[in-house]
Amino acid sequence: MTHFQRYRFTPWLLMAPQLIIVGVFFFWPALQAVEQAFYVEDAFGLSRQFAGLANFVAVLQEPDYYQALGTTVVFSLSVALGAMAIALLLAVQADRVLKGANAYKTLLIWPYAVAPAVAGVLWLFLFDPTLGLVSAALKALGVDWNHNLDGSQALLLVILASIWKQMSYNFVFFLAGLQAIPKSLLEAAAIDGAGPWRRFWTVTFPLLSPTSFFLLVMNSVYAFFETFGTIDTVTGGGPGGATTTLVYKVYQDGFIGQDLGASAAQSVLLMILVGLLTLIQFRFVERRVQY
Amino acid sequence: MRYQRPGLDLASHLLLAVGCGLFFLPVWLAFTASTHSMSDLYANVAPLWVGDAGLSNYARLIHDPVSGLGTDVLRLLANSMVMALGIAVGKIAISLLAAYAIVFFRFPLRRLCFWLIFITLMLPVEVRILPTYEVVADLHLLDSYPGLILPLIASATATFLLRQFYLTIPPELVEAARIDGAGPWRFLRDILLPLSKTNIAALFVIMFIYGWNQYLWPLLITTNADYLTVVVSLKRLLTTGDALVPWQDVTATAMLAMGPPVLVILLMQRYFVKGLVETEK
Repeated sequence: MTHFQRYRFTPWLLMAPQLIIVGVFFFWPALQAVEQAFYVEDAFGLSRQFAGLANFVAVLQEPDYYQALGTTVVFSLSVALGAMAIALLLAVQADRVLKGANAYKTLLIWPYAVAPAVAGVLWLFLFDPTLGLVSAALKALGVDWNHNLDGSQALLLVILASIWKQMSYNFVFFLAGLQAIPKSLLEAAAIDGAGPWRRFWTVTFPLLSPTSFFLLVMNSVYAFFETFGTIDTVTGGGPGGATTTLVYKVYQDGFIGQDLGASAAQSVLLMILVGLLTLIQFRFVERRVQY
Repeated sequence: MRYQRPGLDLASHLLLAVGCGLFFLPVWLAFTASTHSMSDLYANVAPLWVGDAGLSNYARLIHDPVSGLGTDVLRLLANSMVMALGIAVGKIAISLLAAYAIVFFRFPLRRLCFWLIFITLMLPVEVRILPTYEVVADLHLLDSYPGLILPLIASATATFLLRQFYLTIPPELVEAARIDGAGPWRFLRDILLPLSKTNIAALFVIMFIYGWNQYLWPLLITTNADYLTVVVSLKRLLTTGDALVPWQDVTATAMLAMGPPVLVILLMQRYFVKGLVETEK
């Protein structure tokens, strides 16, 4: 027998802590978000009325929502592709050099441990209009940097800080993926006369496609949710909503604007979006991207 | 066979060195800034080398209440530590038990329990902040350690990893334990826990960093400075209205805020890589 039998209460006792916590702090709030999305509440929160899809319609008719959606897409794609490209470049080098690969790993993984909000502060300081070293250098080059006024500069700044923090995560996975590629394949390609460049694009890169796809999904999720701290410390969603992502908008509308119905409707839309992303990950990672 | 070219190796080393340097640069500049006095700092652009006010800056932040925060940074670090350890230990403890039940017992509704727990993998706390806030407020847990910790434990990453590991344990072990008359608790304590040590260490690294670095949730539920965490405090230090930003304080606090998790990752690097690769699989 591979499991314990005749214990009827023990398994429930073992499950109880997790089931209670998940029930109280996950399912109850998640269901409330869904319920709230269909109600309109008065300004004092004293009474509420069933509103059907009105909250969703209101949200989807709001130009700000589409601005946030657009910002989220630009932001997520830039962060994901930027952090993956840099990580892949460095991981390939670390995999190539036989000596010191582990030392480089140590020197490159620590930004993973830096909080998104702290990463934001570090980059904010680099680009501070009065003190920042990078903004001073840009000024010498004739670029007037002020992310407090210029929306696209603000977006670029949060993208850079987010890439800086996320790179190490991708580096760990790319390096593991590269080290798992059988060296005999690369040697065979070398014997056939393929140079390093050609070997990378025809052998290594296709073999890394499951890792890359997985990372694309994980990086998007990171850019969606975990960068909240970066955005809040660096720009607070501004200027003029230029760095307000969908998650930041849920927070702004719900906690600062106190519009519970709209915030809940946005939460539900986000849940659907993330659910789809996860589904894509499960469905396609194993089937489509294969070698 | 050796098919790599020495010239390329040099280029690789060079590229890696530049990469490491560039990634370190923001931290270095924050560190040097934290060792200057405010008047020094604003005399020019950010300094490249350390100043002489380092010790006094850090000592002041740790001992004296910081304006705008209402408490000293030592208190903030302690709060962050309680939250991070609470999340790491709490999550591992409940996941250990739940995964044990799911793998080693057969009971009615087992599959349903499994799915109820695993569906939580899909939705991070950021998506359901408002209703979670209301639940925590109803339970009178605002401005409290349980309020900081419990909602962040409600997810299945650790359960999932431990389940995968338990499934690889040979059935003969359970059988042998049963023949020797060991009950489920004894099996858990004397056999399963010792076998899970590396997995637990790996989870600990990931969860500690996750807990320490939380931002949105502690921001929402702490209004009282006694429960403020160091990561959340940074934004308040930056918000000075029209006054100059006290960058020496901000950077020093940022250095202190990244110290513990970076130390954990460097000291437990082996477990970190294992934990990272396995929790995400």
